[in-house]
Amino acid sequence: MATAHTSHEEPNYMNIFWALTVLTLLEIGAVYLPTTKLVVGFLLVALAVTKAALVALYFMHLKFERPTLGIIALTPMIICVFLIFMLLPDLTAHNKLHTPSAKSAASETAHSP
Amino acid sequence: MSEAAAVLHQEVQTAESPLTPESWGKLGMWVFLAGDAMSFGGLLAGYGALRASSPDWPNPLQTLGIGLTAFMTFLLICSSVTMVKALSAVKHGDQVRFRIFLLLTVIGGTTFLTLQAHEWGHLTHEGMTMSSNPWGAALFGTTFFILTGFHGCHVFGGVVYLSCVLLSGLRGRYSADNYSPVEIVGLYWHFVDLVWILVFTFVYLVGAGS
Repeated sequence: MATAHTSHEEPNYMNIFWALTVLTLLEIGAVYLPTTKLVVGFLLVALAVTKAALVALYFMHLKFERPTLGIIALTPMIICVFLIFMLLPDLTAHNKLHTPSAKSAASETAHSP
Repeated sequence: MSEAAAVLHQEVQTAESPLTPESWGKLGMWVFLAGDAMSFGGLLAGYGALRASSPDWPNPLQTLGIGLTAFMTFLLICSSVTMVKALSAVKHGDQVRFRIFLLLTVIGGTTFLTLQAHEWGHLTHEGMTMSSNPWGAALFGTTFFILTGFHGCHVFGGVVYLSCVLLSGLRGRYSADNYSPVEIVGLYWHFVDLVWILVFTFVYLVGAGS
């Protein structure tokens, strides 16, 4: 059985807990902000990424691990962002096909002799 | 065994992982979590694509509600704290606190699953299924049940895994010199918490404004 050898300064876990709690409350508050859904969306994603980073860095101790382990942890995130950008052209094409003008143009073409 | 083979065998036994010198298991868990993160990332990206291309996507605030799930998020954050406290206790040789905090983590996970089952039952009762719902795009129910269900399976697996470690802990298997399995199960549990933070935001909050 492997034993643990490495040691690092233990973070103040209660500070992280309070930060996560406050960020969660801010997220819920952000939903009710009188602004556009796009702005609220960006705000919510920023808050969620901050919370996820706090969990990874302090609870999962990524901050105290070797940088290469951080690269392993970050790789899926990079690939997922890439995946989202890969899906964007498909979404754009789908939305163009389903706009009212596109639909009427399609029906006119279908009814023309 | 020849002398050369014996030397080689000894070298293999004493060799350390360059990334996680404390245990190979920890590196294995990180690699597993990286793969698992890609599964969740794929599901979330697919969810985003389907949602963006559905004009009649229901408002999650009006259909799902966020009060219960906000509490569930808080519960998972609390269970992450009890998990790190359990690890800290075993590192310092405090067996009593280690067992109490690990038990609290198991209770937190079990409560989360109970609340999720209640939420699913409520939504099913309102007519939401994998293929339809009374509020709009049919894929709303499909993506909701797949995403939260996949995460719920992870929570269930985590509760079983934590319970196994707790039972071993009650038998006195872990100490200040041997706590790697506790650290490894902790990594898994924090990952489950991290993923829920993202699922909660993308499924319940984004687009929920008036």
